[in-house]
Amino acid sequence: MSAPSANDKKVIPIAVAAAAAPPPESPTGAMIRSLGLVSAICGLIIVGAYQGTYDAVAANKRIATERAVFKVLPKAKTIAEFLAQPGGGVSRVGAGGTAIPPGSVKFFAAYDESGKLAGIAAEGVGKGYADNVRIMFGYQPDCQCVVGIGVVAMRETPGIGDKIITDKEFLANFTALDVKLKSDLSALANEVRTVKRGSKTNAWQIDAIAGATITSRAVGRAINDSAQALLPRLVPNLDKLGSKS
Amino acid sequence: MSTAAPQTWDEFMEGVWRQNPVFVMVLGMCPTLAVTVSAINALSMGAATLFVLVCSCGLVSLMRAVTPKEVRIAVYIVIIATFVTAVDYAIQAISLALYDALGAFIQLIVVNCIILGRAEAHASKNTPLPAMINAAGMGVGFTLGLLALGVVREVLGAGSLFGVALFGAGFQPWVIMVLPPGGFFVLGAWLLFFAWLERRKLRRAASLTEAGQHV
Repeated sequence: MSAPSANDKKVIPIAVAAAAAPPPESPTGAMIRSLGLVSAICGLIIVGAYQGTYDAVAANKRIATERAVFKVLPKAKTIAEFLAQPGGGVSRVGAGGTAIPPGSVKFFAAYDESGKLAGIAAEGVGKGYADNVRIMFGYQPDCQCVVGIGVVAMRETPGIGDKIITDKEFLANFTALDVKLKSDLSALANEVRTVKRGSKTNAWQIDAIAGATITSRAVGRAINDSAQALLPRLVPNLDKLGSKS
Repeated sequence: MSTAAPQTWDEFMEGVWRQNPVFVMVLGMCPTLAVTVSAINALSMGAATLFVLVCSCGLVSLMRAVTPKEVRIAVYIVIIATFVTAVDYAIQAISLALYDALGAFIQLIVVNCIILGRAEAHASKNTPLPAMINAAGMGVGFTLGLLALGVVREVLGAGSLFGVALFGAGFQPWVIMVLPPGGFFVLGAWLLFFAWLERRKLRRAASLTEAGQHV
């Protein structure tokens, strides 16, 4: 049935295809030379771009940090970066990105116009709906409370999770959020907890945003974890932060 | 190849209109859908891609005589990655907020098929000037494509344009438009529009020749 019939069209190779001779192979030396040349040129360009933008990038990062601190501590005019060491005690770190030793917690001391301590700012991280929510919170030693938060980075759903930046009722949680320490200064007296909307009864609780519970909880956990790690080391050493030197 | 004015213009307009990377070739969809949540993101992504396209096509074209075909892809990628790195630093220097908004998509310009496609299909066969003009056309076309999406998505999804609120406080944003599905909706609508435009052009051309025959 399926025997080849005489009408089968034969594809005749056309001369055009054969006319172009296969290009000669390139010698090894030429390949290495051209790759070396292109790497040298590109190396120069990259290093040039890095050097050329280094100062501007560093300045931008500093301004971004300052802005985040000033947002949670409106009275602040200047900031200094400190590390709370694992064994207790605090140490000043210079500007720029020195590596943070493991176990240490970074925080910022903010000073007002006259150079007096205006508050402490620190970052916290909580697992949100899409990714980690990184927040900056301001801490006021006088009342031992959190007095403001700002978002450093998040990828929460626009219009839902990102209400933590704009929702006025939610932000009202952070005008005086209680983070008092136990009398032996070992941990917070009351864990900071995010509770269902409308059921906040204590000063250490956070009223969640309806419909954005996961993101609200991330903020609560971020503050709690960071405060638990930082405050027991910070509070005994508050006098060391003193005024701006 | 001649670089006389009409030829140059033609070279440029290829990317802007006839072979528009977004709406005709439908290339580079990853950044197209992901970063066009606002007009400013779209514009900066387009500008970054334009810069990388022009610079890398220029260098690829300059190096074309000394690039053996066996290692050409490696050479192209190194060149493209170099300019992407430079753009990455430049954007960090200009605005960290913009850098965060564009996220990984700046680094991902390295594997944007528009750029590698231009390097392979055009820059490696032409002198630097036409190669860069053609690349600039593609870059402008890509930027326009991104803007077309970004403007629509920002206006509908956030009620603003380049960050300026358009409708006042009473506007209820159509949030889905700035979420991933919105990218597909708007892209689909634009493709539909351009397909309709193309058909109308063909129909008119057909009716014109018909009319010509009757006369």
